[in-house]
Amino acid sequence: MTVAIPLTISEALDALSSNPDARLIQGGTDMMVEINFNHLKPHNIIALRRIKELRTWTKNTDGSITIGAGVPYQEMETGELKQLVPALAEAARTVGSPQIRAAGTLGGNLGTCSPAGDGLPVLFAVDAVVHLQSNEVSRQLSIHDFMLGVKRNARNANEIITAVTIPVLNGWQGYTKVGVRNAMVISVASACLAVDKPTKSVRIALGAVGPTIIRCRDAESWLTQQFDLSTSTKIELDLAKEFGRRVALESKPIDDHRSTAEYRRHAVSVLAQRLITRAYPS
Amino acid sequence: MNDPIGNEMYSLHVNGQDRAVMDAWVGESLLYVLRERLGLPGAKGACEQGECGSCTVLMDGDAVCSCLVMAATAVGSEIVTVEGLVEQNPTMAVTAHAITSQVTDVQQAFITEGGVQCGFCTPGLIVAVHHLLDKNPDPTELEVKESISGNICRCTGYGRIFAAVEAVVQVRKANS
Repeated sequence: MTVAIPLTISEALDALSSNPDARLIQGGTDMMVEINFNHLKPHNIIALRRIKELRTWTKNTDGSITIGAGVPYQEMETGELKQLVPALAEAARTVGSPQIRAAGTLGGNLGTCSPAGDGLPVLFAVDAVVHLQSNEVSRQLSIHDFMLGVKRNARNANEIITAVTIPVLNGWQGYTKVGVRNAMVISVASACLAVDKPTKSVRIALGAVGPTIIRCRDAESWLTQQFDLSTSTKIELDLAKEFGRRVALESKPIDDHRSTAEYRRHAVSVLAQRLITRAYPS
Repeated sequence: MNDPIGNEMYSLHVNGQDRAVMDAWVGESLLYVLRERLGLPGAKGACEQGECGSCTVLMDGDAVCSCLVMAATAVGSEIVTVEGLVEQNPTMAVTAHAITSQVTDVQQAFITEGGVQCGFCTPGLIVAVHHLLDKNPDPTELEVKESISGNICRCTGYGRIFAAVEAVVQVRKANS
């Protein structure tokens, strides 16, 4: 086994082409658990945490932002990133503990592609775009085409996830989740809701209740017809409840060691109702 | 890029010193290397999955779970363990009663306020509290709670740990 520690993206891609079976590691907070419990014995590792290019974020001319795959969650919790993408800040703050948020990254979340990954519902709600790079080409893929299933994604073996582009919307957005305790918990169910007033659209994405993150397009378009998303300030309780019910219909939860399908379906209806009520409180 | 690290020697920068790691499998966690290869048993291993915080160390100024860091990927990083805190904070060192070695003001406050029972979580908490107070010398109650939310203590009920943090804040304020 070897561990390569490239300092640039191009060094990392070279290391990957000479070792196509190598596992890429960002903060390590997922992979090290597998290694510690002898579930994974990697042959070769390429550690990306010292690549400075991956640890920055930029504002684009169209108003969107591009966050490097190696930016740790703790940087998304506060400051300008929090103002631009408040739902991402809320999601980041629910990832593990401060220790995990100092190490864990969006790139790692995307690479692992667990349906319970806290960053992913936000990326689905805002229609984020994933940047992939190989020695030959760079390509950009909608998050909806990137995540294929439980821990499966569209990254090719010779590619590195370099960044995510996130549109900055104009309207309320938030993230919330249910777990067995308040701090430091893996989601039993999670939801991100984002409103974009100029396009009169509402987006809701669910985590941990299906093989991929689920966008509830039927509930979204139903609400758009019931309610003026750009001028309203308060949503009636009945409408919020019905929205929650419709969101739950689009979830595809299973029974597993963390919860039951029935409870998850109930939980997402409550989460959706809560989020839309927070968006339109009074 | 340096040559990839194989199963030969590599070197970590721990508590201000370069420490050679020899005859180790390169997939080992930083926690394992600190304890078993470098003779630094301060960081404790409990859950090995980032839930308990008893293995907390500082890496490049961030508090991280050393069980979730692959040691070989920490080459070139500054690592500080609970054993290195006195040296890192010389002005805050005091001689503890009942023990002969020096401790930091945070460690002394844990002793004085009774923030230690079985003691297993204590080294991780000490590192987390140092990290908090270095960044935020006058935290709110919520900030203290959030900053140690990744450190689980099953004995104290946390009350005396919060009292210890508050005591350090007051002493540091008075001395500044």
